[in-house]
Amino acid sequence: MMEPRHALDVVKAVVPPLATGVVIVAVWAWATRPGGLDAFVLPSPMAVLRALYQGWIGGTLLPHALATGKAALGGLVIGALAGLASGALIVLIRPLEYLMMPLVTALQSVPKIALAPLIISYFGFGLESKVFTVALLCFFPLFVAAATGMRAVDPRLLDMYRAFSASPLHILLHARLPAAAPYVFGALQIAVVLALIGCVVSEFVASTEGLGFIIKSGSGELDIAGMFAAILSLSAMGVAAGLLVKEAQRRIVFWS
Amino acid sequence: MAVAAYEQLRPTVVRAAPTHLEVADVSLTYESRRGRVPALDRLSFDVAQGAFVSVLGPSGCGKSTLLKLASGLLRPMAGRIRLAGEPVTAPRRDVGIVFQQPTLLPWKTVLENVLVPIRAMGRDASAGRERALELLRLVKLEPFAANYPHELSGGMQQRVGIARGLIHDPALLLMDEPFAALDAMTRETMMDELQRIWMSTGKSVLFITHSIPEAVYLSDRILVLSPRPGRLLHSVDVDLPRPRTIETMADPRFVALASRLRQAFVAMAEPA
Ligand SMILES: Nc1ncnc2c1ncn2[C@@H]1O[C@H](COP(=O)(O)OP(=O)(O)OP(=O)(O)O)[C@@H](O)[C@H]1O
Ligand SMILES: [Mg+2]
Repeated sequence: MMEPRHALDVVKAVVPPLATGVVIVAVWAWATRPGGLDAFVLPSPMAVLRALYQGWIGGTLLPHALATGKAALGGLVIGALAGLASGALIVLIRPLEYLMMPLVTALQSVPKIALAPLIISYFGFGLESKVFTVALLCFFPLFVAAATGMRAVDPRLLDMYRAFSASPLHILLHARLPAAAPYVFGALQIAVVLALIGCVVSEFVASTEGLGFIIKSGSGELDIAGMFAAILSLSAMGVAAGLLVKEAQRRIVFWS
Repeated sequence: MAVAAYEQLRPTVVRAAPTHLEVADVSLTYESRRGRVPALDRLSFDVAQGAFVSVLGPSGCGKSTLLKLASGLLRPMAGRIRLAGEPVTAPRRDVGIVFQQPTLLPWKTVLENVLVPIRAMGRDASAGRERALELLRLVKLEPFAANYPHELSGGMQQRVGIARGLIHDPALLLMDEPFAALDAMTRETMMDELQRIWMSTGKSVLFITHSIPEAVYLSDRILVLSPRPGRLLHSVDVDLPRPRTIETMADPRFVALASRLRQAFVAMAEPA
């Protein structure tokens, strides 16, 4: 049985957003009532629901969602690992920071999305372009979080490890990395969103599959309800991934 | 009698023993953006092999600084520090340290925290486990081996730090007010345990404390430092018989020594 306090917490967490959702859908239904807004501007909730049903149960959206999910996840993993490793490297080897930092700062101020067409002209229309774009976007938040977090470790813990003759690598793995974990999870939360954005933009530019492709072709065919269904599916994927990261953080960074 | 047995075990060789830790003319000044803070001023003393030496001094006089110097975490700006005849240039594996704060890793269990020196030095952790559990029993924390530090009180965390300082069986033990966070009862048991460990292993100990009775109870010699920057004011030998017990605290020599030290402190606090 649930504790009364716990039950109250659940109610508090669920009821207010649900109420907001109901109000939004009600306003939406009212705005798109017969004689209201044109369906080409805003389709009715029922039309979007129908498109969603057809897309997911009928199976037309599923392969595209999978394609987007696969590219986003692949790019996220590669970009995040590269960011983590580079962040650790500049913390471990001080001089590297002076060599890398100007370059990284310069690259960071480039709107990476603007590179998507260029990347496609290098890597072609396939998965590689999407993965590369996503990895590039996800690299920076993880790099900054790793470098910041690994430096934010309590200096007394570093002294303690040094007093017991620990090697810099041992200190990195056992003190700096765990200390950076809260920062890394914060960055992952951002990277999840960036991964979906990068993937969809890449699909806008050139692709034959993915939710970005569905949205773009829906715009060409004036299938507004279908576009909305794809956008909602994308949001759901983003929310689910965000919750997953949050749950992983709760379990892994149990001490904070 | 226990005392006689001890006298046989450790006769007065304590003072004739070779020097273990040598601190000679050591000065250290912290330089920060807000200015220079002289912490230690031409401090000299020796810790003989197997001796128990305490350092007493007012807050901020440089006691923790002295410990960091002795451990090799800091380098002196002047003077020299030698351990078993060798200059101390970096932390050494034959030294154990108990910090003023527990400095435990919040992401490791109590047992793993005690094993930190073993793992850091790349030694066999499976053999260390037995010893870690034994040390946890000694500091009365065996039931908490699988707990995390945030589930322990401040005094319990400090005792984990004590077990960690002993895990690799160091020849020289540096302790920075290890019992300050403990309640009176636990403090007395810990004092007895420390005396027992020291007597049975022949370690040298450099022990920092604010407590005069604690210093008298445990030490062969007590060094009294001046307010910042720390200089050596007094060096007092304590030749009360071992092992010392609750009764020792009532011994007139114990009482006289404690009150002499207290007077030295009072004199220090008065403006010159
Ligand atoms: N990293 C540092 N930078 C600048 N000043 C410092 C630093 N560490 C310590 N000090 C100063 O040096 C002096 C000695 O510090 P230390 O920690 O050795 O004192 P202590 O005798 O251990 O004091 P307490 O008994 O309160 O622990 C203090 O006045 C302190 O302000
Ligand atoms: Mg101190």
